[in-house]
Amino acid sequence: MSDLDKFLKKIENNVKIEPKDWMPDGYRKHLQGQMSQHAHSEVIGMQPEGNWISRAPSLRAKVILLAKIQDEAGHGQYLYSAAETLGKSRDEYINELQTRKAKYSSIFNYPTLTWADMGAVGWLVDGAAIVNQVSLQKTSYGPYSRAMVRICKEESFHQRQGYEIISHMALGTPEQKEMAQDALNRTWWPSIMMFGPHDADSARSGDAMKWGIKVESNDELRQRFIDKTVQQAELIGLTIPDPDLKWNEERGSYDFGEINWDEFWAVVNGDGPCNDQRIDHHIKAHEEGRWVREAANAYAQKNN
Amino acid sequence: MDNQGDVWEVFIQSKPGLAHKHVGNIHAMGKEMALQNARDMYTRRQEGTCIWVVKMEDVTSSVPEEDGSFFEPANDKIYRQATHYVMPEGSKNI
Ligand SMILES: [Fe+2]
Ligand SMILES: [Fe+2]
Repeated sequence: MSDLDKFLKKIENNVKIEPKDWMPDGYRKHLQGQMSQHAHSEVIGMQPEGNWISRAPSLRAKVILLAKIQDEAGHGQYLYSAAETLGKSRDEYINELQTRKAKYSSIFNYPTLTWADMGAVGWLVDGAAIVNQVSLQKTSYGPYSRAMVRICKEESFHQRQGYEIISHMALGTPEQKEMAQDALNRTWWPSIMMFGPHDADSARSGDAMKWGIKVESNDELRQRFIDKTVQQAELIGLTIPDPDLKWNEERGSYDFGEINWDEFWAVVNGDGPCNDQRIDHHIKAHEEGRWVREAANAYAQKNN
Repeated sequence: MDNQGDVWEVFIQSKPGLAHKHVGNIHAMGKEMALQNARDMYTRRQEGTCIWVVKMEDVTSSVPEEDGSFFEPANDKIYRQATHYVMPEGSKNI
């Protein structure tokens, strides 16, 4: 049996591929791209939430937000570690992020304008991420799958703390409710864009499905997220900003309106409201930490 | 030059009495930092009672492509399995 046949046989039998196993070059490349994009998203995703740490409305809110953001740092680390098993160093991945060769989820290029956004982000952005990550637990690459299992264990706290924030506001004073609705209005469409282009327009997803990297398609995952979320909005009296959103009895799912893909691609390609700010800040933090890494390296060398 | 420190493999014992289990790896400069980073990364919710860290370069692994011949000696020794033995009819609790 050829290497490729053995590889495909493993995929077919749901046997995970491990770092030292033979794998097609395209498989390795696809994983390097997808996993590093995922890692970058966790790390860049700390910025819009970090924006509110110093202005959290209570000590309880503050420690929760800190713990949540710390988890996201951890998620980034799990994913970089897993991605490094594909024979590319962390420095290379980070360099690709900083030189904008690598992407991260476009949702993090939107600003977080009010405290209600901390609710909307946890509820919707982490909510969408959970749907995607639960599915990725079954991915064919062992280290990626194990990172997903670990991450999923931590995510439900993220979504619940967000929904708690937004439901308190939605059920609060008229001004608070207005802020909650405004946050939902701004976050809804970018959240459902997180699942990526429609299946028909997603060039690379064929290989990803064939190789078991993705086990469900963008559209399936997006639909699952929408179906779960509508009731949660209704319960707290918020309106999802989509006039075409309607229960479809026959499909047992919600129909929804046209996604603005021009906006999606503009943000992916660098023209979102905060793209420059996010990357500049990452570079600045990385540079400001350089002396710490150098000192730690020198100290470790001395003690060897 | 990679300036993020060495890669350390992390093993965690989840409860006293259980074996340490590999959970992933971290980057760190030196043993002490490796332990601290492993704690911050893998035990934020009381997942462990003890942590081992081992520099990745100090781990030696068998090679999956050679699995066949490497584990060969175990294949033809089925008498190492308890199920190989036929117990007399009617015997219990054995
Ligand atoms: Fe995360
Ligand atoms: Fe999260």
